[in-house]
Formats: sequence, C-alpha cells, structure tokens
Amino acid sequence: MTPSSLPQQNRSPAWANGIRKGLQMSWAWRVTWFYLIVMLFIPTIALFLRSLTLSPSEIWRIATSPTALSAYNVTFLTALAAGVINGFMGLIAAWVLVRYEFPFKRIIDAAIDLPFALPTAVAGLTLATVYSERGWIGSLLVPFGIKISFTRLGVLLAMLFISFPFIVRTVQPVLQEVEKEVEEAAWSLGATQVQTFWRVILPPLMPAVLTGVALGFARAVGEYGSVVIIASNIPFQDLIAPVLIFQRLEQYDYAGATVIGTVMLLISLLMLLAINLLQAWGRRYGN
Amino acid sequence: MAIDAPRKLDQAPPSKSSAQQTKSVDWLKVSLIAIVLLYLALILFIPAINVFVQAFGRGLGPFLHTFTERTFINAVRLTLIMAAISVPLNTLFGLCAAWAIARNKRFPGRALLISIIDLPFSVSPVVAGLMIVLLYGRNGWFGPFLEANNIKIIFAVPGMVLATMFVSLPFVAREVIPVLEEIGTEQEEAAKTLGATEWQTFWRVILPSIKWGVLYGVILTNARAMGEFGAVAVVSGNIVGRTQTLPLFVEEAYKQYNTPGAYTAAVLLACLAVVTMVSKALLEHRTSGRSRVGH
Repeated sequence: MTPSSLPQQNRSPAWANGIRKGLQMSWAWRVTWFYLIVMLFIPTIALFLRSLTLSPSEIWRIATSPTALSAYNVTFLTALAAGVINGFMGLIAAWVLVRYEFPFKRIIDAAIDLPFALPTAVAGLTLATVYSERGWIGSLLVPFGIKISFTRLGVLLAMLFISFPFIVRTVQPVLQEVEKEVEEAAWSLGATQVQTFWRVILPPLMPAVLTGVALGFARAVGEYGSVVIIASNIPFQDLIAPVLIFQRLEQYDYAGATVIGTVMLLISLLMLLAINLLQAWGRRYGN
Repeated sequence: MAIDAPRKLDQAPPSKSSAQQTKSVDWLKVSLIAIVLLYLALILFIPAINVFVQAFGRGLGPFLHTFTERTFINAVRLTLIMAAISVPLNTLFGLCAAWAIARNKRFPGRALLISIIDLPFSVSPVVAGLMIVLLYGRNGWFGPFLEANNIKIIFAVPGMVLATMFVSLPFVAREVIPVLEEIGTEQEEAAKTLGATEWQTFWRVILPSIKWGVLYGVILTNARAMGEFGAVAVVSGNIVGRTQTLPLFVEEAYKQYNTPGAYTAAVLLACLAVVTMVSKALLEHRTSGRSRVGH
C-alpha cells in the first residue's frame, strides 16, 4: 500500500498550500468571491434549504399540484414551440444577413438586438396592444376567429419576441466562417440545391442552431415581464410558472412559491449544463 | 493560385446550368428576404413603431401631462437610483472578476466559475426576486435581525437594488474577460519591470486598453438595470409612488386603463433601448476594428 500512501503525503501539503494561497488572495479575487458569495451563493442556497424544510411528501404535493403541472405544461411547451419556430426563422434570418445584400441591411441587422435592449414590460405592452382585437394586427385576425392577446398564442408571441435574437446571434458568426467554396464544390459535383443545403450547409451549423434554440428556450422559460402583460394569467389556460410563483408570493404562500421556484431553478441549471455541452460540441465541430 | 487554375477550367463547360442556377437563386434570395422581413415586421418592427405612435399619436398633450404626475416623476427618479447604485457596483465586481479570471489561466473549476457568473442570465427573474425575499423578507434568514434593527429591505428600495444587481451582474465580467485575454500580459509586465505599482499599472496600462469593452458592459448593465421588471416586481410590493420604477409604472398604468401614461413611460424606456443599441453598434465597430488589428 506504499504507492497509495505516498501521493497522499504529497497531497496534504498541497491542500494546506491552497488554504495559504486563499488567505493571500489578491484584492481582485477577494472582491470577486465576496460579491459572488453574497449576491449569488447565499441566495441560491437559501432557496434550496428553504424548500428542504418541507417534508418530501409536501414538496411533491405542491410541485405536482394540478395548477403547477398545467403551468409547467404551458411554460415548457410554449417555450419549445417558440424555440422551434425561431430555430427556423433565425436560421433563415442569419442566412439572409450573412449571404445577401439588400437595402437597409445594416439597420435591420442592428434591429435584431431590439429584444435584448427593450425592457420586457414595454415589449409586453406594445405586443398586447398591436395584437389585441382592436390593434393593428389583431383586428385583421378577428374575421378568422384568431385571438392572440390574452390567450396562449399571446404567450407564444411574447416568447417568440424575446428569444429570436439568441438564434440569429449564435448562427451568424458560424455561418460567416463556413466557406462558400465547399458549397460550390458540392454544386460542381452535381448536388442539387436541396442536397447541398441538407448535406453540406446545415451540418456545420447544427451545433450553433441548437445552442441558439437552447439559449432562447431557457430565456423564454424564465420570462415574466412581457408574458404577464400579454396573457390573461388564468390557471389551466395561459398561466406560466414564473407568474404562478409571483401569485403564490402575493398570497403569502411562501411554501408554494419556494417549491415551484426550486423546480424552475433546477431546470435552469440543467439548461445551463445542456448549453455548455452544446457549445463544447460546437467547438469540437469547428476544429 | 495553383488550386485556382483547374477550377476555372472546370467552370467552363456547365455554363448553361450555372446561368439557370443564378436565376433560381435570385428568386430564392428574394423570397427568403421577404420571409425574414415579414417575420421581423410582425414581431419587431410593427410593435416597436406602435410604441411611438401610441405615445405621440394624440399630440404631445397626454405625453406632457404624464410628466406632471407625481407617481411618474417618482418612478423616473427610482429608475435612475437603481442604475446609479447597481451599475458602479457591478462594474467594480466585473472588473475584479475579469481580472482574476483572465490572469489565472489554470486553476481548477475555471470554466465552472465562468458559467456560475452567467447564472443570473439563466435564472428566471421571478426566481431571483424570490431568493431575495427568502433571505431578507420577514420570514427570511436575515428577517429577524433586520426587523430588530429596524432595517427594511423587502418592499423597499434596498431590496429592489439587490434584485437589480443580481440580474445585471454578469455583463461587465462577460465583456471584459475576452478583451483582457486578448491583450495579453506583456505590457503589464513591462510596466511592472519599470517600477509601476499595481494601481498605476491598472490605471495607465490596463484600463486604456480595455476601456471599450468595459464601456460596452456598462451600457448593457445600465439597460438591464433600468429596464428590469420581474425581479424588481417581486421584491418591491409595487407601492405606487414609493417602490415603483418605470417598468412597474408601465404595467400598473396599463392595468388601470391609463394607456397614455403607460405609453409615456414605455417611450422613455424605448428611447433607452435605442440609445443602448446605437452605442452597442458603434462600440462593436470599434472593438472589431481593434481585434482585427490584434489578429
């Protein structure tokens, strides 16, 4: 057992060195850690520990109550639909912006960032007005019996708005690096346009598209401001999970808010992990 | 050059089919551009124009009238306070974190630390607000201590500042880390060998070369701090005239059927967004110019 005890002897001074280093940290590290601990770690741990003060059966009952289940359903399915639609539209938009020249292209390119910069309350307000029954676009849809504001379609619209730039901005740089010559080679070898698209253009873009969709999805799942204004926030219809947490807090139901908040936090952490894996995949593809 | 020659030879025979292709590509190009513009019009342009039309459509009267309302003035004031506190603090943190991370290339958990700093972007703002309520609220961890000392954080300005700081925490660090990594350590080391103190090195050598990255981060932090809604709504209690920022004012006015008021606040926030986007475009131009030189 000498081989195993030998490294252990070496490890203990290294560990002590680590502590000594920690005490001698530069001021930059100290500020960083202090800020992260106060602003991020303690609040996150507080949320987890708070939900652990409830009994497991209680947690399960709150987390899977019919209202909560329907809120997850509305949140995740709508966010997924928004992700898929924006996956297509974002890919086309990135393609158009990288490959084609047309008037006002630079302004349109810059305007893609609007959902990043526009406060969500404003987005919700103006979408709700434009798509209401008396609004510019909403009134055109009334004859077809389509209502958008104050329905689940409104939730979808708000999620489309806020997640769109994520896809465009992740695909654009990758598309810029794809060499046109590869496509030309495929054409000259007799591939049709459709074949060239599916076999040559799309594969290297896939990691970026999926990363963008995942980023947009994660953002849409957590979105509150624009959705709360455009939706009617009625349970089992268009109530999303973040609004449900808010309503629970308003009713001083801290246990309910904490459990559903923990579920949402765990899902965000999983999404963050998935996005990191997708990005690692994209980098490997790039090499 | 040598590779170019055979391709030119190859291109000669199928000239007819390539001409056909250009024609169909043009058609494809026009329809793709049309689809994108239509989609952007539906979800971005028409809603954006609507903000301005609704705010100024009935003349300047309702717009100016809202400016005289005390609740509105308070909301503007409080929004400025949010930015005035959280932007400098988050910039200080961002600079320290970027410095610490960019200058230590190898330590265990470096990648993890970078994703932890990004955490506020993936957490729902409502969950962020909830965390702050669970810490500083009446039944929270620090609740009894705060109550004993008569400090009010939840349903008051300090809690709203904490929520704003949480959601806008990553921007500066995120923008500055890549810039610091790119400029390398040579200049710093030169400054140190020439006898500069750490502080002098920072002000005279490092800051000038990262200033555009920092400014970019500050602009994004400011936009988020002034525009945050969800997290601030949870902790504020939305007390009219006391804990209402502009985004909260927008929602409240809309719910009270005070559409002119809602759109007056909305148009101010939309102008903030436009300023943010224009400065972003200008700065990207500058930073991309610099990075091209760097390569």
